[in-house]
Amino acid sequence: MPEFVTIWINGSAVRVPAGTPVSIAVLMAGHSEFRRSVSGEPRGPLCGMGICMECRVQIDNQAHCRSCQILCQEGMTVRTHD
Amino acid sequence: MLGHSKMTTAGFDVAIVGAGVVGAACALECARAGLRVIVLDRDPIGGGTTGAGMGHLVVMDDSEAQFALTRFSCSLWNERGVELPPEVEYQKCGTIWVAADEVEMAEVHRKQDFYSSRGVAVEVLDYRQLAEAEPNLREGLVGGLLVRDDSVLYPPCATRFLIEKAQQQGAVLRLNSTVASLGSHGPVLSDGSVVSAGITVNAAGISSPQLVAGIEVQPRKGHLLITDRYPGFLNHQVVELGYLKRAHSVTSDSVAFNVQPRKNGQILIGSSRQYGNREKGIDALLLRQMIRQATEYMPELKNLSTIRAWTGFRPATRDNLPFIGPHPNNENICLATGHEGLGITTSLATAELLVDQLLKRPSKIPYEPYLPGRSGERRADA
Repeated sequence: MPEFVTIWINGSAVRVPAGTPVSIAVLMAGHSEFRRSVSGEPRGPLCGMGICMECRVQIDNQAHCRSCQILCQEGMTVRTHD
Repeated sequence: MLGHSKMTTAGFDVAIVGAGVVGAACALECARAGLRVIVLDRDPIGGGTTGAGMGHLVVMDDSEAQFALTRFSCSLWNERGVELPPEVEYQKCGTIWVAADEVEMAEVHRKQDFYSSRGVAVEVLDYRQLAEAEPNLREGLVGGLLVRDDSVLYPPCATRFLIEKAQQQGAVLRLNSTVASLGSHGPVLSDGSVVSAGITVNAAGISSPQLVAGIEVQPRKGHLLITDRYPGFLNHQVVELGYLKRAHSVTSDSVAFNVQPRKNGQILIGSSRQYGNREKGIDALLLRQMIRQATEYMPELKNLSTIRAWTGFRPATRDNLPFIGPHPNNENICLATGHEGLGITTSLATAELLVDQLLKRPSKIPYEPYLPGRSGERRADA
């Protein structure tokens, strides 16, 4: 298992330690706003344990993925504001 | 019946029991006609069948009477579409009836003849046009029928809109009021007080038989499921044609593929029908069957997250037509109930036909097929 993996967040390469949750990688890349609510409010990770649904992003073209529950894999593509 | 001895001076001309979409529409129509009207409900506005439904405004062809009522009512909704506030999420997305095989495709052509000979805009889609219209349908379907002017809306907000409009024209709304029975001077509340009214309209849906003897309305249970937001996944209300074969079966539980796009990108997934089941809880087996049926037609649904499932009860009559008009044995009581799964669609027409009868106005379509005392309530699709 490599020590680091590279994932793509909104088109930019981000290198993170293997085993990092996607939510942490997105934060490390400087994004605190993961998505917008129906009424347009900014949203980001809250519970960190897959319950609150606030940290949803698009991962490998799949919308509404809970980024705190998914670990970064080499080559993964992530989009905020799906 | 109004304008004679029944007109009271002290109370209301009309008391409507039930603040669902049918009661709300009746209240507005009464208020517009200048009648003093009160709406009573135990629960919040649209808190019963109305709030549990999909909100599909659909022209049906299962009988001439059903067609006349649904078509008239859809035209009323479409006229009103422009004034509906954004929260009603009114959207003229059309319905596509999907044919899975050649037998169902023959049904598509029969429906095309039926609708187009009666002036409803429809279009037959071949398999390619169907795939273009709804790219997430599975391959191998034969075609479909697009009914252009069908639409969808969000029933609780539509109902609130109708109630508020009625209130602006003088209607009174009283929630948290449990009606125990319908007396000859108006509804009797659970605390024994009487709301004085010349005419009482029983718009209590599945509870309507408990308020007055002599009508048969049975709860018909349904399940729905809603997904997270996936804008662009679905463009029309899409219903399998097999739905018609199964939905009217009185004897067995059934599921059918029936999906609806919401304006915000959410997708409502249905549907199920169960007779003789009064349990409010979700039937996990039936829900699973419903999901299997939906993913059979639209495999990609498997990859969407759903956020909620719930049940509701449709007020069903034996001949699938609602009761609109005076109670056969009591001319102080009118019925506006038994709309089964079509109450959102037919609410506006119901209200017009009811007030036409109350005021002895000419009606735009004949109201006789929906009279509560109609002969034997034989099945309309016979």
